[in-house]
Amino acid sequence: MAAYFDQFVPSWLAYLAAALVHAFLLLNVVAVGALVFIWAERKVSGRIQDRLGPTRVGGKFGWLQSLADGIKLISKEDTMPAGADRLLFRAAPYISLCASLCAYLALPFSDGWVALPVDVGVFFILAVMGLEVFGVILGGYASASKWSLFGAMREAAQVVSYEVPMGLCVVVPVLIAGQLDLVKIGQMQGGLFTNWLILHDPLIFCTFWVYFTCATASVNRAPFDLAEAESELVAGFHTEYSGLRWSIFFMAEYGSMFAVSGLAAILFFGGWNGPLPVTHWLGLTAENGALAGYLGNFLGMLNFIGKATLGVVFMMWVRWTLPRLRIDQVMKTCLKYCTPLAAVFFLGAVAWTYYLPGVDVRSRPLGMHYQRWWEEAAEGAAESERPGTMAAAAKPSLASFVRSQPQVVEP
Amino acid sequence: MEPINWHTFFFLLFSLLAVVFAVAVVVASNVVRMAFYLIMSLGAAAGLFFLAGADFVGAMQLMIYVGGTLVLLIFGVMLTAQGPFISMKTRGGDWILAALLAGILLALLIPAAFSVPAWRNRATPEYLAGVRERPATSAPLAMGLVGARVDRLAEADANRREGMAGYLLPFEIVSVHLLVVLVGAAYLARTKRRATAERRLL
Repeated sequence: MAAYFDQFVPSWLAYLAAALVHAFLLLNVVAVGALVFIWAERKVSGRIQDRLGPTRVGGKFGWLQSLADGIKLISKEDTMPAGADRLLFRAAPYISLCASLCAYLALPFSDGWVALPVDVGVFFILAVMGLEVFGVILGGYASASKWSLFGAMREAAQVVSYEVPMGLCVVVPVLIAGQLDLVKIGQMQGGLFTNWLILHDPLIFCTFWVYFTCATASVNRAPFDLAEAESELVAGFHTEYSGLRWSIFFMAEYGSMFAVSGLAAILFFGGWNGPLPVTHWLGLTAENGALAGYLGNFLGMLNFIGKATLGVVFMMWVRWTLPRLRIDQVMKTCLKYCTPLAAVFFLGAVAWTYYLPGVDVRSRPLGMHYQRWWEEAAEGAAESERPGTMAAAAKPSLASFVRSQPQVVEP
Repeated sequence: MEPINWHTFFFLLFSLLAVVFAVAVVVASNVVRMAFYLIMSLGAAAGLFFLAGADFVGAMQLMIYVGGTLVLLIFGVMLTAQGPFISMKTRGGDWILAALLAGILLALLIPAAFSVPAWRNRATPEYLAGVRERPATSAPLAMGLVGARVDRLAEADANRREGMAGYLLPFEIVSVHLLVVLVGAAYLARTKRRATAERRLL
């Protein structure tokens, strides 16, 4: 993008403009995402508890409810306990939000649509998401309230423990793909849904469920929301927070929910590659011109966002269905079940790929697996009455598709 | 307007952050605030790694030092804290000793860094463009750690191509050392059963 701006303005300004565009887009994913998810949470919880949820604000379905909440939160008084550590109390929500936002830097939304193409994307996201706990710990500590401190300590113990099985689970798809680059992992799963890594072998299928459990725990969602257990700790780590500072904590929480779901979508569910390769049928690839490639990428982005949103809705479903665990049960789940299971699945996946290689994703040219099936479809369509759309689809040959390299957005 | 070299700008920004917060760690008296400043300082160091194109090392820095060690540090402080906000006062003798040690290390590091001829005059636009075209990946480093210096394979001099065992031995020494430290920590931290206390209970 910086190269594009470079044509019109001086180079230093071009980089600044490109950076601002990226930052603006990513910030909006988190902010608008949080608005939508808070509304969705209310509707989902309403349905599960056999009530309606918000119905009035904004006409149908109360879809402007989150905005009304936001206005209410902005107008609230910003209070701070007298004994609080003022600097840390103020800084804590922003630390959480920064960590959550940073994860989006390396999260590709479509083929090559990533703000910062790092070749260790998975690792970067895991590392940055691990920092979110600092906001909670420091916020709980700086509040000078025992409820907050208890919540923060629980959060610290929980997140540090759950990072271990989560890391082990993430290694399994990385191992099969032989890549830490999220864009390339996504590209490998192009085509039919049978190319998704979750259907690669039964062990990775089981790994996904362990990953999702650990991800739910690491973003501090029920049934693992011990840090804010309102039945015991008033409101846990954010007891003393109010107004906008409180809502920043929640923006960070919803941001990380979407980020871990997006990571799951890329690692296990093919990322932006749909269950059916619709964009390739329509010829919306980079070979058919920049506009077609852009449209295809845009559809891929919608696909990706849809999958990640499904993950978030799944988390909501779990939250409103299962009761909260006790702290000893949380630690037991992690240390006695998740960690050994993840380790066994990891070793099993190693053995599986070694002894039963089957379709090796690494040796498969990117997106080639479905080509025969797709070409059959294109040939069948060429004989039919509608050559307009399908003839365009038949154009990109196998070789040209394999050659196509991802357009990487400049940082 | 004078064009801005963003690379230099961010280098200066991250270095400044790292240095300022490192000084703040030393000056602060509240333990949790010290940990917070340490987070910022180490995070800025990770930013420097990312700026140098060493994504893996940067992510490693974030994961191990910032995400791992410091969480445990704060956790330990919270578990052992007696009062609400503990503060530490450093005595004058400790200051002198610490300044002496840090000064010696600095005196060692600065000449070492400036004596490498290859590190001089690198921040030219041509060089930076070259870095952008050939971004360094973590693969040679990882291969070096498991015992193969793939970056030295192209060396013309046969003598220099020998001894390419990589960093396997130092890596293993450090790992075993860490294991020893862990065992020692577990030994020190284990619950000590006191016979007297049990008798008192009875």
